Amino acid sequence: MTTSGNESIGTETVPSEDSGSVLKESPLARFWSDFSDSKVAVGALLVLIVIILAAVMAPLITPQDPYDLAQVDVLDGRLPPGEKSYNGYTFILGSDGAGRDLYSAILYGLRISLSVGVISGLLALFFGSAIGLLAAYAGGRTETLIMRFVDIQLSFPAILIALILVAIFGKGVDKIILALIIVQWAYYARTVRGSALVEKQKEYVDAAASLGLSHARIVFRHIFPNCVAPLIVVGTVQTANAISLEATLSFLGVGLPQTEPSLGLLISNGFEYMLSGRYWISFFPGVALLLTIVSINLVGDQLRDVLNPRLQR
Amino acid sequence: MTTFIIRRLMQSVVVIVLMSGIVFFGVNVVGNPVDMLVNPEADQADIEASIRALGLDRPIGEQYLYFIKGVFSGDFGKSYIFGEPALRLIFQRMPATFELAFTALIMAITLGIPLGLYAGLKPDTRISKTIMAGSILGFSLPTFWVGLMLIMVFAVMLGWLPSTGRGELGTVFGITSSLFTLNGLSHILLPALNLALTKISLVTRLTRAGTREVVHQDYIKFARAKGLSNRRIVSVHILKNILIPVVTVIGLEFGSLLAFSVVTETVFAWPGMGKLLIDSIQLLDRPVVVAYLIVIVFVFVILNLIVDIVYSILDPRVRLGDAGK
Amino acid sequence: MNTVQPALAVDRLRTHFFTKAGTVKAVDDVSFSVNSGEVLGIVGESGSGKSVTGFSILGLLDPPGEIVTGSIKFQGEELVGAGARRMRSLRGNRIAMIFQDPMMTLNPVLRIDTQMKETIKAHRNLSDRESYEESLKALDLVGIPSPPERLKNYPHQMSGGMRQRIAIAIAFLNKPDVIIADEPTTALDVTIQSQIIHEAQMLCEKTGTALIWITHDLSVIAGLADRICVMYAGRIVETGLTNEIIDRPQHPYTQGLIGSVPSHNKRGKRLFQIPGMTPSLLNLPRGCAFKSRCNYADQVCGKAPEITSVGEGRYIRCHHPAPERVAG
Repeated sequence: MTTSGNESIGTETVPSEDSGSVLKESPLARFWSDFSDSKVAVGALLVLIVIILAAVMAPLITPQDPYDLAQVDVLDGRLPPGEKSYNGYTFILGSDGAGRDLYSAILYGLRISLSVGVISGLLALFFGSAIGLLAAYAGGRTETLIMRFVDIQLSFPAILIALILVAIFGKGVDKIILALIIVQWAYYARTVRGSALVEKQKEYVDAAASLGLSHARIVFRHIFPNCVAPLIVVGTVQTANAISLEATLSFLGVGLPQTEPSLGLLISNGFEYMLSGRYWISFFPGVALLLTIVSINLVGDQLRDVLNPRLQR
Repeated sequence: MTTFIIRRLMQSVVVIVLMSGIVFFGVNVVGNPVDMLVNPEADQADIEASIRALGLDRPIGEQYLYFIKGVFSGDFGKSYIFGEPALRLIFQRMPATFELAFTALIMAITLGIPLGLYAGLKPDTRISKTIMAGSILGFSLPTFWVGLMLIMVFAVMLGWLPSTGRGELGTVFGITSSLFTLNGLSHILLPALNLALTKISLVTRLTRAGTREVVHQDYIKFARAKGLSNRRIVSVHILKNILIPVVTVIGLEFGSLLAFSVVTETVFAWPGMGKLLIDSIQLLDRPVVVAYLIVIVFVFVILNLIVDIVYSILDPRVRLGDAGK
Repeated sequence: MNTVQPALAVDRLRTHFFTKAGTVKAVDDVSFSVNSGEVLGIVGESGSGKSVTGFSILGLLDPPGEIVTGSIKFQGEELVGAGARRMRSLRGNRIAMIFQDPMMTLNPVLRIDTQMKETIKAHRNLSDRESYEESLKALDLVGIPSPPERLKNYPHQMSGGMRQRIAIAIAFLNKPDVIIADEPTTALDVTIQSQIIHEAQMLCEKTGTALIWITHDLSVIAGLADRICVMYAGRIVETGLTNEIIDRPQHPYTQGLIGSVPSHNKRGKRLFQIPGMTPSLLNLPRGCAFKSRCNYADQVCGKAPEITSVGEGRYIRCHHPAPERVAG
């Protein structure tokens, strides 16, 4: 018995010949068929994969290492897209004020932007979730205290908190990552605490407790797996926000230092050339940043719809 | 209701004290307090004199009290760069920032609500889908980049609008603002639009969600059964219901606009508090930085408080409580 | 005024909902009429299509619902296919509706006087002051104490019974010719129920308004209606004068309904229940829709029965009507 792609398997069971399986599709396959309902999201996912691959393989696919001073010649500077350099290779996207190939600079910049965004996101996820779980499981005054703190932090816009932290800590990659983590942990904490609370009410937790399972086991093996879905959704959106925030800070000159040129810095470098019409120096890095953020957001949007238990088909 | 207000007031005070504590300790414990408050360029004798004058050689608890006293009397020290009291500098720049944020807020409301209403009432049309797609773009695009592009297109390529700076000021009813001159308006249009973009997207999405929820309620069907015109149903019955959550968000977002103006002011060289802050951070003009942070935290907390109170006034169910049963 | 012509005449109405899961035949060949000053009761279980009938008359169907065929004549004027403007001018004006849940039908953030005055101003050119006066009078009519204060209230400040009275007052504001009441007392206490039914009855006698009272509760309608239509699975299965329907029902479903009314029952005897469940309107069985639950069904019932007349104003849709049977 075969099932056509259009049938929604959902919670119905399809009688099958083998006695073992009841559902015809594995959860992963079902997830994918739901996700791919939106062509836009699939497209965004593809774009994202391309971007990540390009960033990872940057040294292999760029004609020039833009930060190796030996390869860069200032006489090549400010050339529009399509012009050739002294060494003979084409500046596909033009060159910046110092003669760096923009295409190469963008890919190298992507590496930094992505890694800072992802690292801070993952660490914020880790710490935020831990605190959220703690709050939900401990309950009582501990929970109230923690959540009050979370609420206060969340009532201030991220950029303000980031500015405060930057003003205190100063510049440096590690300090920026730290600042980003501090900005983001609250979102994760709130999300995880919310779903952990819902899970805590459910009966299987009481069942596990009555079996004498240790707290840790209950929390990690039982409650946490059910929080994963909303966490993934928040994670994608927050990562996009982190990347955007880092770019903004770098653009303003209070983010990453010049030695770690993220896309934000590239854009700010190109700012001065804007008024003389040399738009490409800011434009292309901006497009790269845009594509990254928008595609993450689109994927996250679709994930939210697919993973939302209330929309289960 | 009064107990509610008092409770919120007390919470606000706690938050202000907490945040000022964080800023203070952050500056004095994490960073090097001497560098923070004393101009490192001065010579040794001056530095030591300043240290004594600022009480930096006293125990930290005492320093905190001194700091709080300074806050209440408006003394944050003098800017290294300008030589003037930090707080005064901030107040000088405040009107420009508020003007920008206010214009952006108006834009967000006048554009966002109608767009959201339309998308909510007719969700399956092409226009609606375009609006929703646009709104995703709206809050994904980094503000600074959009600002650059706006300058690029409208100022450089098309030459329609000036690219930087604030326009001429005009005075109406004792209020001085660049909104009152044509030149001023041409200068504020792009930066306000830039600042407003994220908020427009937010308001649109919010209004749409609210509209979709309200449209299916029985009381809307009843209104139709009474033979009311579509216009009345939308403008009175639907709007009043969605306005409550939207207003709350808008109020909170005004604070966010103030914070975000930092970016827009830098891009458009708008002479407001935000630009002052960024310049000060880069030039290590710490007194100004501290002053800005405290001021904006204060503004924020007040804003949250006002929004909470307004919300409880607007929703008659909260205001009047459950009377007869 | 033409006294022979009924205030509202519905003829072979079919309203279908074209959903992705299939076509829901909510109203499938419904015909009835009601005269001025008369009360018509439409009785049926939930899911029988009675509310949809009401919405169809007023043109308040939400997509994917559509009137497929049939005619609805208001004082001789055809409503099916009438323009949106015409329908709007009739709604709340000449034909009014009272909904089931009073909590939901009044907008929670608007005052009562706003909601009443706007109904008047939508159809008549009265000043604000005059609309206010009319609203006061209407509240008086339904027996609400201290109307000026009530007008200033918000819906949540009043009890359920009071809110429903206001909904009734709103329905009467423009002195309509027809009022459709969709389960107006279902959400209320039994004592309030009988009060409201009584008041509605008196009002209609006084004003000569035709009243269509939709309900699932036969006992409610028995004391109120002049005539009754019984609906099942989107179709009318029996029509007639109230006395006739109650005392001598002919359709097995009607008999089952009457048999299951507690007051009808002898003490100690087991309460009668119609076996089975209402069919889904998405998947109506072939032939008579009641077949699977009927004790008297046979092969003939595989073909859907048509409406036949069994007396003056008396109609039945059944292959085996029989007045002598008593269910239970």
